[in-house]
Amino acid sequence: MDNFITRRRRHELLVAAGLLVFAIVAPMFIKDVTTLNVIILSLLFAGLAQAWNILGGYCGQISLGHALYFGMGSYVSTLLYVHAAVPPSLGMFAAAAVGGLAALLVGWPCFRLSGHYYAIATVVVGEIGYLLFLNWDYVGGATGVYIPIARPSLLNLQFGKDKLPYLHLVLAFCAATWLAAWVIEGSRWFYAWRAVKDDVVAARSLGVNIFSSKMAAAAISGAFTGLGGAIYGLYVGYIDPDSVMAGHFSILIALPAVLGGVGTLWGPILGAALLIPMKELSSSYLGGSGRGVDLMLYGAMIVIVALAQPQGVVSLFRRRAHGPA
Amino acid sequence: MTLETILQVAAGGLLMGLIYALVAAGLSLIFGLMDVVNFAHGELMMLAMYAVFVIWDASGLDPMLQLPLVAALLFGTGMVIYRGMIARALSVQFNRGMVQIFVTFGLAIFIRGAAQFVWGGEFRAVNNTLLSGRSWNLGGVYLPLPQLAASVVCLAAFAGLLLISRTEFGKALEATREDRDAVALIGIDRDRIFAMGWGLGAGAVGIAGVMLAGFYYVGPNVGASFALIAYVTVALGGFGSMLGALVAGLLIGEVEAFTAVILEPSLKQIGVFAVYLAVLMFRPRGLFGKL
Amino acid sequence: MALLEIRGVSKSFGGVAANVDISFVVEPGEILGLIGPNGAGKTSLFNAIAGEVTPDAGEILLDGARVSGLGPVACAGRGIARTFQVVRSFDSMTVLENVMVGAFSRTASAGAAMKAAEETLEFCGLAPRAARLAWELSPPEKRRLEVARALATQPRLLLLDEMLTGLTPTEAQEGVQLVRAVRDRGITVIMVEHVMEIVLPLVSRAVVLNLGRVLTIGVPGEIVKNPDVIRAYLGDRYAAA
Repeated sequence: MDNFITRRRRHELLVAAGLLVFAIVAPMFIKDVTTLNVIILSLLFAGLAQAWNILGGYCGQISLGHALYFGMGSYVSTLLYVHAAVPPSLGMFAAAAVGGLAALLVGWPCFRLSGHYYAIATVVVGEIGYLLFLNWDYVGGATGVYIPIARPSLLNLQFGKDKLPYLHLVLAFCAATWLAAWVIEGSRWFYAWRAVKDDVVAARSLGVNIFSSKMAAAAISGAFTGLGGAIYGLYVGYIDPDSVMAGHFSILIALPAVLGGVGTLWGPILGAALLIPMKELSSSYLGGSGRGVDLMLYGAMIVIVALAQPQGVVSLFRRRAHGPA
Repeated sequence: MTLETILQVAAGGLLMGLIYALVAAGLSLIFGLMDVVNFAHGELMMLAMYAVFVIWDASGLDPMLQLPLVAALLFGTGMVIYRGMIARALSVQFNRGMVQIFVTFGLAIFIRGAAQFVWGGEFRAVNNTLLSGRSWNLGGVYLPLPQLAASVVCLAAFAGLLLISRTEFGKALEATREDRDAVALIGIDRDRIFAMGWGLGAGAVGIAGVMLAGFYYVGPNVGASFALIAYVTVALGGFGSMLGALVAGLLIGEVEAFTAVILEPSLKQIGVFAVYLAVLMFRPRGLFGKL
Repeated sequence: MALLEIRGVSKSFGGVAANVDISFVVEPGEILGLIGPNGAGKTSLFNAIAGEVTPDAGEILLDGARVSGLGPVACAGRGIARTFQVVRSFDSMTVLENVMVGAFSRTASAGAAMKAAEETLEFCGLAPRAARLAWELSPPEKRRLEVARALATQPRLLLLDEMLTGLTPTEAQEGVQLVRAVRDRGITVIMVEHVMEIVLPLVSRAVVLNLGRVLTIGVPGEIVKNPDVIRAYLGDRYAAA
């Protein structure tokens, strides 16, 4: 069996392996903390966007409420650690489970809605979660929760001031989401989801169960997003509803995928590699003045990329979306 | 709660609901016409509010008297946004819905940043207007005049939108909504209609912004909170339905007002969201939606 | 035993009767024409057979088992496949991937689905276009793609909705050959067309619908001579002549 699809997939795996080796080794020579921080955030959002892309890109369900799964992931792993002494290396899997479960619970009513009705419903569900956490004392309310500092160890996933281990942790997360997406692209789900995205009526006439397809995409997407949330909480050491659950997080999770190339394997990584450094650098160099120049740049870049490369930056690398003519 | 409190809360909800309705009407109009949800809608309202503030600050002209000027300004802004970016976003082959969402979202961030750049992050307020501080006592229920004027203007704007739908232009608008491709055959310039639709949508939210500026602070983020309510209003009423926007706006105004009193003010939006989700479970396309 | 049996099916939409008490059978291996003027209720009946709509009354049996009301996914699973009057290709996917969606209804293995899809494309004459995106195809190619996609579900019954309408004579001739080839594979075919000339030479029998009811059922030779059919299509003046 050798055709344009199988050749492409082999090629992707080789490129990814090369990139992974580079991403493990190259940062070892970087000592600048700001640079390492930007790389860590870029890798994290690459992974989150990859997770969003499974539901929003492949399956075409434009979720603008992923901050909910992200925030719940951070809270679950953090609270398990604080209240039950469960080490974050285990707690993050609980976070993934809760993220996936939450996505199923949201999907169950919301997947009856289509198009913009769905998108707005997800905004609202995310906002409800944010407001509830803000007013819920057990989880720290608006004050938030600090992650107690422990001796650096792999079990606690704490590494003190050393950034490199964190970088490798988010790299593992990013690689895991990429690999999951790659595996998915070789499965029936990938085909079912894109069929659902393009034409629901045609998809079900071919035996594709619309609802369970969407639910499967939501569960995987939500689980990885929850995992990412747990890792983010560990990295920043402090979480509150504004830092992990606010509505703009939902957009920030989706944006790299959209700008990089929605529904593509490389789009989320590419988009994050462009968006996050730009955003971080402009806010650290221009945002300090509080004069909004960073926001203007950020907004203008979104508009320009979305209009100039509506299929994402990834389309610059491939003249055609799929294979040869 | 006494009957008087209930009436007072209901009146407050009604006055706010009409503003929500007008903000939502502009959004709904644009959506009904071309399947585009304008995620910069709140920022257009914010721009209108700043325009009022700037003109008032410079000349002392009362917000009420600025209404035609600022509405016209917003109408123009809407048309420019359509011509400059939306027309292009609509010409995309794939992922049109997504491109459209993120283009308008990027625009929203840009406008917010620009407002911060020009006016700073602090809140501004227009005061000492013709109506500020006055209220009307209707059998024990206090109706602040700025809010009351805002509601009257919102109702008038709704009536205006209805009148427009009776005109030749309104019919072209309706035809374009029904069948985007066929209208070209009968000599309707689709692009012009779309641009006018954006002008009207922005003009409507501009009017709401002007009236809101009479009693509400102005700041770079003021649009965002209103926009969220507006999206909920439109989805609850049904995308594209003017009547839906009106009914849903009023409903949301009331639910918000009563949740704030019965539970607590910080939870007022939860009540709105809960009602919205509950309605959508039974009517996935909103109260009056066909699309 | 009949492959498909339609028993007294009625369906109305918002008070307008689209189908009224429709009954007929489809024998295995035949090509059945479903014809009638615009608004006769053909597509509505089609949607009922495909499971897209549930009849208000009556039932539809496939091999003696009820399929009406089960929904399109279950109908596809039991071997009913269809094409659409207005083409519904998955435009952002390649031609091969479009067909793989259908093939996955019979296998979970991507390799097997790919192999089946490639064979189906070969059969439908679309193999050279496999790597193209579906939206790049010409209208007749898109019709073929829909047939290929439907065939990839390995159906026993294939429903073709105006597959030949709007094609040039050459294209229509190629379409006719494809339908015959499908039938020769042992797949029963029901074709909806409203232009009789296209479909009658191809079918073994035809069901004529008019105003939601069965006007007549017969072999093509009888159909064209039937005064009721002529009246339904052309009006009273021609029936007398």
